[in-house]
Amino acid sequence: MYKYILKRILLMIPTIVGAAVIVFFLLRAIPGDVCELRMAGSGLYADPEAIKICQQNLGIDQPLYIQFFDFVWGFMTFDLGESMWTGKSITEEIGLRFELSLQVAIMATLTATVIAIPLGTISAIKQDTWVDYVVRIFSIAGIAMPSFWLGILIILGLLIATQKVTGTPWMPPIEYTPIWVDPFANLSQLVWPAMATGYRYSAVATRMTRSALLEVLREDYVRTARAKGLFEKLIINRHALKNAMLPVTTVIGLEFAFLMGGLVVTEQVFNLNGLGKLFVESVLNSDYTVTQSLVMLVAVVFILTNFVIDILYAWLDPRIRYA
Amino acid sequence: MKAMRWKTVIALALIAVFAIFAAGSASAAPKKGGVLKFVVGSKIPSYDAHVETTFGMIHPIRPFYSLLIRVNPNNPSSPTDFVCDVCEGSIPTPTEESTKYTFKIRDNIWFHDGQKLTAADVKATYDKIISPPKGVVSARKAFYTMVESVTAPDKNTLVFKLKYPSGAFVPALASPFNFIYRKADLDKHGYTWHKKNVNGTGAFRFVQHKPGAFVEGKRYAKYHHKGKPYLDGFRAISAPKMSIRLQAIRGGRASIEFRGFPPKARDDLKKALGGKLKVQESDWNCNLMITPNSKRAPFNDARVRRALTLAVDRWGGSKYLSRIAIVKTVGGIVFPKHPFAATKAELQKIAGYWPDINKSRAEAKRLLKAAGVDLSKTYIFNNRGVDQPYRVVGTWLIDQWRKVGLKFKQEVKPSPAFYDSLRKKKDWHVSIDFNCQSVINPLVDVSKFLSNDVSGSQHAQYQDRTMDKLYDQMNREADPAKQREIMRKYEKRALDTMAHQFVTLWWYKINPHRSDVKGWKIAPSHYLNQSLDQVWLDQ
Repeated sequence: MYKYILKRILLMIPTIVGAAVIVFFLLRAIPGDVCELRMAGSGLYADPEAIKICQQNLGIDQPLYIQFFDFVWGFMTFDLGESMWTGKSITEEIGLRFELSLQVAIMATLTATVIAIPLGTISAIKQDTWVDYVVRIFSIAGIAMPSFWLGILIILGLLIATQKVTGTPWMPPIEYTPIWVDPFANLSQLVWPAMATGYRYSAVATRMTRSALLEVLREDYVRTARAKGLFEKLIINRHALKNAMLPVTTVIGLEFAFLMGGLVVTEQVFNLNGLGKLFVESVLNSDYTVTQSLVMLVAVVFILTNFVIDILYAWLDPRIRYA
Repeated sequence: MKAMRWKTVIALALIAVFAIFAAGSASAAPKKGGVLKFVVGSKIPSYDAHVETTFGMIHPIRPFYSLLIRVNPNNPSSPTDFVCDVCEGSIPTPTEESTKYTFKIRDNIWFHDGQKLTAADVKATYDKIISPPKGVVSARKAFYTMVESVTAPDKNTLVFKLKYPSGAFVPALASPFNFIYRKADLDKHGYTWHKKNVNGTGAFRFVQHKPGAFVEGKRYAKYHHKGKPYLDGFRAISAPKMSIRLQAIRGGRASIEFRGFPPKARDDLKKALGGKLKVQESDWNCNLMITPNSKRAPFNDARVRRALTLAVDRWGGSKYLSRIAIVKTVGGIVFPKHPFAATKAELQKIAGYWPDINKSRAEAKRLLKAAGVDLSKTYIFNNRGVDQPYRVVGTWLIDQWRKVGLKFKQEVKPSPAFYDSLRKKKDWHVSIDFNCQSVINPLVDVSKFLSNDVSGSQHAQYQDRTMDKLYDQMNREADPAKQREIMRKYEKRALDTMAHQFVTLWWYKINPHRSDVKGWKIAPSHYLNQSLDQVWLDQ
């Protein structure tokens, strides 16, 4: 087992280096730079000398290999540097947004789990009945409908409905309040994006739960349990569902990792100051340092999640670690 | 007895009338208190206005600072009305053949750190703007080429000595980016300290900035304009998506957005909020330009460039585009409301502004034929991937050119790639460019039409020494009537004779806001009138 873990850790290194090389050179292949955008982007007079000084101050006039070395060295020493756009420390910029993104990811994952497991189970048990069809339509609609679009509908729906009922339109807050400062304000802002995103991810997990459970229900040991005269409820809960949960847990775990940096559009729709919004802004502003750091952060989260899943699989299934 | 009764009735009636008037005026009198929440669609790069160019910094940070002079907050729509801010009295009349301006600095101004403001602080500020040390960015240094020296002979006097009289000087001083910094801060902390720190003399004190979320300010009790500000504070909420800014006003999460919305958004808000909404509208000191690449055939031929502008129906386009985009007014190179701007009669003599579009397009076709332009070819039109108004205007232009047989492929690019193409690559035949200024200062605003080795922002790549000479004459001419005359020649040559670059339509600013926001008056630029010291909430 230790050998297996060591092998997996060693495999993480080239993956991280590969991600660093790709993000660094791809970003620089995109035309334009932060100084041009900053000094000329508003249409006001742009002083060419000011643009040049800005490029020198940020070091983007340096040869690429020097910039790459600085980036790699900074990453290795946990010094992410400063944002090219705001001049603030990147650790501070990410830290400010991490809490919000984490809370939305947790809430969305909980929403997805609470919807997916019961619905997927019912759908499998009632296979090919009207209940199954309704659940399948519900989950396919969730996959087909982008969460940002659902988000827009939620906001408009709230505005229209509250205006009709109370005479005053209401929309979720557009400023973040930490949950320990004011839980009501916090939840009244975050519950909507969590619902919009959670619904979409629940759809994937519902279908996974259904197919995994259907497969397990056809296994010999389930037939044996039935032949022994066990109650159907007991068979499902104790024997089938537990075994069907393995692939579902993997899907939910990977979705959680994705949600940490991947709520790019949903955060825009609900004006959430999270990592996704920071990502979009840094790309639009050609803020290389922040974009690089965020890509590396997401890459590391994914690599670590995959590592944990691999270890879990190996622990659960000895055939993997001895292969 | 009867007369007595009548007198009583008249007296009571008069009292009633007075009471009604008094009540009316009381409701119009500014109320103190409240926190103004407004949404901002752009991000703050740094707090240093001398370096930055975006309204994303001006809207949340300007209320912390004062200027030497500013656009009159009671009359911001006037392009020529400037008033003192940290100076005293009215704008000084220049002496020594209009080359010396002596400002008296107020004696009652205190920085937010408790230190008194003197002329030395204003001098240090303008030294940083006009002649920064090597390696220090000053974005608008080129606006002050006429300045010979800035001196502060005593703590209440500031003197600007000019090399030559210039009508561009006073408007340049009123730039909303000229925040007054404390000399001691510059001396002690250096020239980059203000990028991350705030110490001004504005109506509000800096409380906090949560990057990407909001900026918070609170009332400064020792503000030098007595009785102001009226608000207890403000909160500038970052909201990059226009739909969020719009819904925030609708849903009461914010009261106003200072940049502007398109007409459709205004109409939707009006429908949803009715009497709870007030709309202010104004011409905007911004325009999209058509920039032909003068180094690339066939646009190296003035006849072809002239055909480009002749094909565009500006008078008709104004009617249709103003319903869907933030453009409206037909104008020449000068902001339409400025005394230097061409009148309608003057405009209609310039190519592209003729009253008869059929005649104009017939001439365009004739010119294209005479120049031997290959009409089967598709040319590249470079545009910016921003909906309002770039893509709308770009699509309209392509249709206009199609009407004279010219085919264009529109290449819409994200902002960084667009600038790269416009400024460096020049991989287009015709590009959209834009001229968006703050204070209306025609002499500076039209510098975009100078030769490319003189102007830092001309991307059509032409060199025209006659244009440069006319500009120089205009800049050194003290008589406004003569300046206007030269401006007409400059405009005619740029838009018609040489057909270097063209103005499409001037932007139109629409600011719908909650009707309880009072005291804020729309200006012809989203950079102006943002000190917030006049604003109050009628709650």
